[in-house]
Amino acid sequence: MSGRKIGEVILDLKNITLRFGGVTALEDISFDVREHEVRAIIGPNGAGKSSMLNVINGVYRPQEGDIILRGEHHANMDSYGAAKAGLARTFQNIALFKGMSVLDNIMTGRNLKMKANLLQQAVWFGPAQREELEHREKVEEIIDFLEIQHIRKTPVGRLPYGLQKRVDLARALAMEPQILLLDEPMAGMNVEEKQDMSRFILDVNDQFGTTVVLIEHDMGVVMDISDRVVVLDYGKKIGDGTPDEVRANPDVISAYLGASH
Amino acid sequence: MAFFLETLLGGLMSGMLYSLVALGFVLIYKASGVFNFAQGAMVLFAALSMARFSEWIPQWLGMENLFLANLLAFVVSVAVMFVVAWLIERLVLRHLVNQEGATLLMATLGIAYFLDGVGQTIFGSDIYKIDVGMPKEPVFLLESIFQGGILINKEDFIAAFVSAMLVVALSIFFQKTSTGRALRAVADDHQAAQSIGIPLNRIWVIVWCVAGITALVAGIIWGSKLGAQFSLSTVALRALPVVILGGLTSIPGAIIGGLIIGVGEKLSEVFLGPYVGGGIEIWFAYMLALIFLLFRPQGLFGEKIIDRV
Amino acid sequence: MFYRENGQFKTSYEKDQQVFSIPQDRWAIFAIIAFAFIGIPLLVDEYLFRAILIPFVILSLAALGVNILVGYCGQITLGAGAFMAIGAYAGYNFLVRISGMPTLGAILLGGLTAAVVGIVFGAPSLRVRGLYLAVATLAAQFFWDWAFLRIKWFTNDSPSGSVFVADVSLMGWTVNTAAEKYLFCLGILVVFSLLAKNMVRGSIGRQWMAIRDMDVAATVIGIRPMYAKLSAFAVSSFYVGVAGALWGFVHLGSWEPAAFSIDRSFQLLFMVIIGGMGSIVGSFFGAAFIVILPLFLNQMLPVVGGLFGLDVSIALVSHVEIMIFGALIIFFLIVEPHGIARLWSTGREKLRLWPFPH
Repeated sequence: MSGRKIGEVILDLKNITLRFGGVTALEDISFDVREHEVRAIIGPNGAGKSSMLNVINGVYRPQEGDIILRGEHHANMDSYGAAKAGLARTFQNIALFKGMSVLDNIMTGRNLKMKANLLQQAVWFGPAQREELEHREKVEEIIDFLEIQHIRKTPVGRLPYGLQKRVDLARALAMEPQILLLDEPMAGMNVEEKQDMSRFILDVNDQFGTTVVLIEHDMGVVMDISDRVVVLDYGKKIGDGTPDEVRANPDVISAYLGASH
Repeated sequence: MAFFLETLLGGLMSGMLYSLVALGFVLIYKASGVFNFAQGAMVLFAALSMARFSEWIPQWLGMENLFLANLLAFVVSVAVMFVVAWLIERLVLRHLVNQEGATLLMATLGIAYFLDGVGQTIFGSDIYKIDVGMPKEPVFLLESIFQGGILINKEDFIAAFVSAMLVVALSIFFQKTSTGRALRAVADDHQAAQSIGIPLNRIWVIVWCVAGITALVAGIIWGSKLGAQFSLSTVALRALPVVILGGLTSIPGAIIGGLIIGVGEKLSEVFLGPYVGGGIEIWFAYMLALIFLLFRPQGLFGEKIIDRV
Repeated sequence: MFYRENGQFKTSYEKDQQVFSIPQDRWAIFAIIAFAFIGIPLLVDEYLFRAILIPFVILSLAALGVNILVGYCGQITLGAGAFMAIGAYAGYNFLVRISGMPTLGAILLGGLTAAVVGIVFGAPSLRVRGLYLAVATLAAQFFWDWAFLRIKWFTNDSPSGSVFVADVSLMGWTVNTAAEKYLFCLGILVVFSLLAKNMVRGSIGRQWMAIRDMDVAATVIGIRPMYAKLSAFAVSSFYVGVAGALWGFVHLGSWEPAAFSIDRSFQLLFMVIIGGMGSIVGSFFGAAFIVILPLFLNQMLPVVGGLFGLDVSIALVSHVEIMIFGALIIFFLIVEPHGIARLWSTGREKLRLWPFPH
């Protein structure tokens, strides 16, 4: 890895507990994320990984625990608040806006930064148009970065799965987030597509200094690209550390016995 | 006091009929996730069919017996409603599986228009009489307690009784028969039901047939009171707040919701109406439903809706 | 000129963003607008104006409003008729109660009032969707139906319950003849269509569509559902309200609440479904279709019936009409959810590539 420096703790999760009715999805989980690092969350199916991500960006609110983002308490933040605080995410089952083109999908990521009001937009000429052009340029940079120039006018519904995943990432990047949450960015991809996606994630982390928190099933990929790994099983944390430490952890081995490659 | 009770009973009677229409909504919603706006059009269609066949059959067969004519007309109308149900499944629903609720809702609006049009083209668009021998004379109740007693139409009484019987029959059908169990399985989870070998399409046809029968019963009762006429079609709009109130997935909810709306409408019209100029009963029900929507969207008895990401 | 794009290159993002980025399209649109303003008044007689063109223009505007809400923001409404009524009655009150109020001012204020009421009745959309939202909009429909019938203040205590607007004028120009009425409404439609196009291609339009397509993801990305939904309700109700005021002031002249009944609401929804959800031009197609079909059937059915020796009554024509509407709704929902507009654009794509379709 290149010259990026891992910094202080930027996101600190303390004793998170999340319940749905009688079911406890997450139980007393604590871990932290440092600035500029790639942090992976792994675990068998149903371990609570996606719930964890949903807690971090405010889709679910935990019953207990605290989320400290850059020193501020955010336990009651909603997902709009999370977006404002600089968190972006992608989704496990791609959640793109199906009726819109690739370009428009990515442009929605700029929404928080666009300031023209409704009237100015209705008139178009003037502030609205200037703003639109400005952000279009930024979006085109991301399009170039992710190598999806050829499909910018295509409705996303018509794209193959791998490209949709890339557009999902582009939309999150358009927010210029400080922390990027990726929910199984490589699920359902073939080896080549996985390599491309890993490269993009590392490039984002490297060039923009974006902190990345990701969930992934492919152990090879996780161990290759992440700095530190949290392991969940049945809603509990069973391991935390560098890939090598986690690999040597007996609890992790027993949780994965028969499942690891 | 006697007047109040009279109003209350009147409300309960008309509420029973709302329940009947609401029951049609709930059956279809439970089994296929479709909110059937065409339930009112089905009531109209069934009532027109009943009215016209009971008029035509004696002419064709040259017979005089009113009871027999009605019976034959009823049988024919049931068959007609089955055909309608089958066609709806075949031509519309089958092609809209897994679409959003709003799309399905608009599709049933299309069905409603189509049925209204076809029904009136085939059966005509005047007001037709349905005479199933319902007694029209009023009776007085509780004369010993109140002076003059409480005035009630025998007809209303019988209507309420028939509605109640239908509700009981449907509950038994749902709880005790194997088709009923299959229906409930489909309602819980389409895919799971399909994977254990329940034929989805057949279940839908059955549900629409059952909804067709409730429409027919509702149509006969309303039709014998007011005549089979186009305004029956708007019954769906009046019964809609009922299911919101009761909860879209709950049969008891439909019944109790119907009674509440029926009583609420009558009481508000009689006691509130004079102050605001009358005619408030239709929006009153909707406002009641709207308040429920804001504070308890799943209704009194419905299941809570949880969104998953 | 051929419909060809080769040799045309977009050299800036600004050019790429234009409404009609293909020059041939741009010229075609200018030609159509010029024809609508100059050609049609020269060619068309009084009856066509009153029976087809004026209703078409005004209902296009209303359908455009409904389309913003239903097609772009994905919120269902069965109460558009009520918002036309609000526009008409509020405009009427501004006109008669404030002396010196210009007609256009009253019409726009009517639209604004509808927008405010739209926000109130759109508020449930923050908690519920689909059928449940339909119920909220139906509540608006029935409540306002009743209010304009029973609350005398709204009709300025008119004894018959119907109200009338004597004449419509714009900066000294009195809109009298059918042709002038048509031009007045057409002018408003053109301006409003342009504003709508600007909104749907800009950030607010993307917010609406994002909410329509996937609301959870939209929130995660930093779109406030409250702002997106309520702004759609407000803009939509404004358009529908202005259309209602035009319907009352210009088309009808004098009117009763029945002019804006629930049937009108359904009709507007049908225009959007048939014309094309999420398409501005689709709103025009839908309005044209629904205005023309009944007239067409009225002429055609008796003739067709005559061929088979059948006597076709007016009642029968109206039944066949609703039958056809119903069947078409189902047809479009199943076969082409984007309506006539999609059929149109598919045809145009084919033409762009013709004669080499690959």
